[in-house]
Amino acid sequence: MTSSVAPAPGAPSEPAPGPAARTVRSAGGRAARLRPGALLAALVLAVAVLACAWPGLLAPADPTAADPVAALTPPGAEHWLGTDQLGRDVYARVVHGARYSLLIGLGATALSVLAGLLVGLPAALSGRIGDQVAMRAVDVLLALPELLLALLVIAVVGPGTGNALLAIAIAATPGFARLVRGQAMVVRGSEYVRAATALGVPRTAVVLRHVLPNTLGPLTVPATLAVGTAVVSGAALSFLGLGPKAPAPEWGAMLSQGRDFLSTAWWIAVFPGAAITAVVVAITVLGRQLHRCLEGRTP
Amino acid sequence: MSRFARAALHRLGGAVLVLWGAATLGFLALHLVPGDPVSTLLGGSVTTGSAAVRAEITREFGLDRPLFEQYLTFLGRLLGGDLGRSYQQQQPVSLIIGEQLGPTAELALTAFGLILLFALVSAVTTAGRRRAVRGAASGAELLAISTPPFWLGVLLLTLFSFHLRLFPVAGAEGWESLVLPAVTLAVPFGSLLSQVLREGLESALHEPFALTARSRGIGPLALRGRHALRHALVPAVTLGGWLVGGLLGGTVLVETVFARPGLGRVALDAVTGHDLPVVIGLILLSAAVYLVVNTVVDGLYLLIDPRLRGAGPVREVAA
Repeated sequence: MTSSVAPAPGAPSEPAPGPAARTVRSAGGRAARLRPGALLAALVLAVAVLACAWPGLLAPADPTAADPVAALTPPGAEHWLGTDQLGRDVYARVVHGARYSLLIGLGATALSVLAGLLVGLPAALSGRIGDQVAMRAVDVLLALPELLLALLVIAVVGPGTGNALLAIAIAATPGFARLVRGQAMVVRGSEYVRAATALGVPRTAVVLRHVLPNTLGPLTVPATLAVGTAVVSGAALSFLGLGPKAPAPEWGAMLSQGRDFLSTAWWIAVFPGAAITAVVVAITVLGRQLHRCLEGRTP
Repeated sequence: MSRFARAALHRLGGAVLVLWGAATLGFLALHLVPGDPVSTLLGGSVTTGSAAVRAEITREFGLDRPLFEQYLTFLGRLLGGDLGRSYQQQQPVSLIIGEQLGPTAELALTAFGLILLFALVSAVTTAGRRRAVRGAASGAELLAISTPPFWLGVLLLTLFSFHLRLFPVAGAEGWESLVLPAVTLAVPFGSLLSQVLREGLESALHEPFALTARSRGIGPLALRGRHALRHALVPAVTLGGWLVGGLLGGTVLVETVFARPGLGRVALDAVTGHDLPVVIGLILLSAAVYLVVNTVVDGLYLLIDPRLRGAGPVREVAA
């Protein structure tokens, strides 16, 4: 979402290898596949998932317990990442904050893929008029920056965690609707779908058994990359004060509070931002790795 | 009808469709806001305002009319250039946006210039180089693209404003206040553009014409600048159109980080205050910018790639 740099429509997910690179890969395929970057990314994501599932395991301290005596302590042995203006442990807050970011990232992406299917599939399978109407509507939405679209939704439904998730999902839907529609068009015209139709398989069964799975497959990589975008968008909305409410240790909100203390306590804002960046880089690396693994496979 | 006129009409039709769609979206949003619009107009509280005042407002805004009639009135007013009045500030929306457009446009244009400069330099110097150079460049780009702009802004503020005291911490006075916000926007977007440019350059350098040019004795830098770049620019220009929209979204965040006046502040206030007329005004403005940028992009294609001119409508005009 336009808050940060989303994978643009038509943006490359990796530099195109020249002819030389291609031969190298086919010769030593296995070695090229397991890159150290991908391992590191998997590790970062594993830690993030652990922080979501059992935050107490990584950080036993209470993320909302204020301790005025220890306010604005720099990073050290007792508080690894320092404390904020209320004396809350920044490390504990960063660990507990993973939940919000991943919830918004995964939830919003799942919702937008589902909504994209609900718009794109009927558009591709219906007649020309239905397709035209749906796609012109998608064109209008794609003309607006995603962040602005999300802000419009928030202006209507109000701020909050769930509403921010909804806003990001709605803003990402037009892109997926267009992807689904294009892919479904390809699948619809393919030999196996025509063969199934010729054999007398009912239309609903053709759609559910052939068109839907083969449309979903190619969405894997864009959807993975979209999770990263949604994480940044979620943090952006909370940075603007439109996400989870105040004491919640959300990364974007922590950054926003920390902005007022930059001159004396840089750590309050810097570490949550580093957490967002690490998670997004890891998701992007994972998405590109997936892209490399799935490359050349056609439904 | 000449082909050119048909293409122009088609384009105009598309533009009208996008603006009409954006306006309709705004109207829907206006009426989807939960609660009673009269209360929003009175400052959010349901209890404020006597029955007489409420009836007055209902009449003034036409809220007692059928929805379809309200929609037509809304579209009619937009056609006349009237964006309506802000609920919160009780001022015309066009005035509010017009007043704050300057600083935002200044920031967006400066950032755009930096993006072009950064992407061109980085792509031309690293394309087709040794594996290590390319790896380092694309690694740095991955990091830059994934960094949320508001965090980058905070990092730059901490380092350059609070510790080194080189730039002001907030505001929009003088060119010094423009440096950090523009750099904040330029780093992620410039990296994205640089990636696309480098990919285009590298595939162009593998084309037979590159070998031909090299065998004629042209230097590697001239080959890149004079021949390969033109090929790489087509996908980059496509991305550039999308990038302007992203920049508009990014400015909202960056203006908040650097406490700059501008449309970001306006948007944020409007969103938190359910001030839908202002939000709708911003959406229409952004749709209009998108349309202008897309028209420019289409013109740039013809300028960059002469092959597109051959079959296209431009030759007919020239003939």
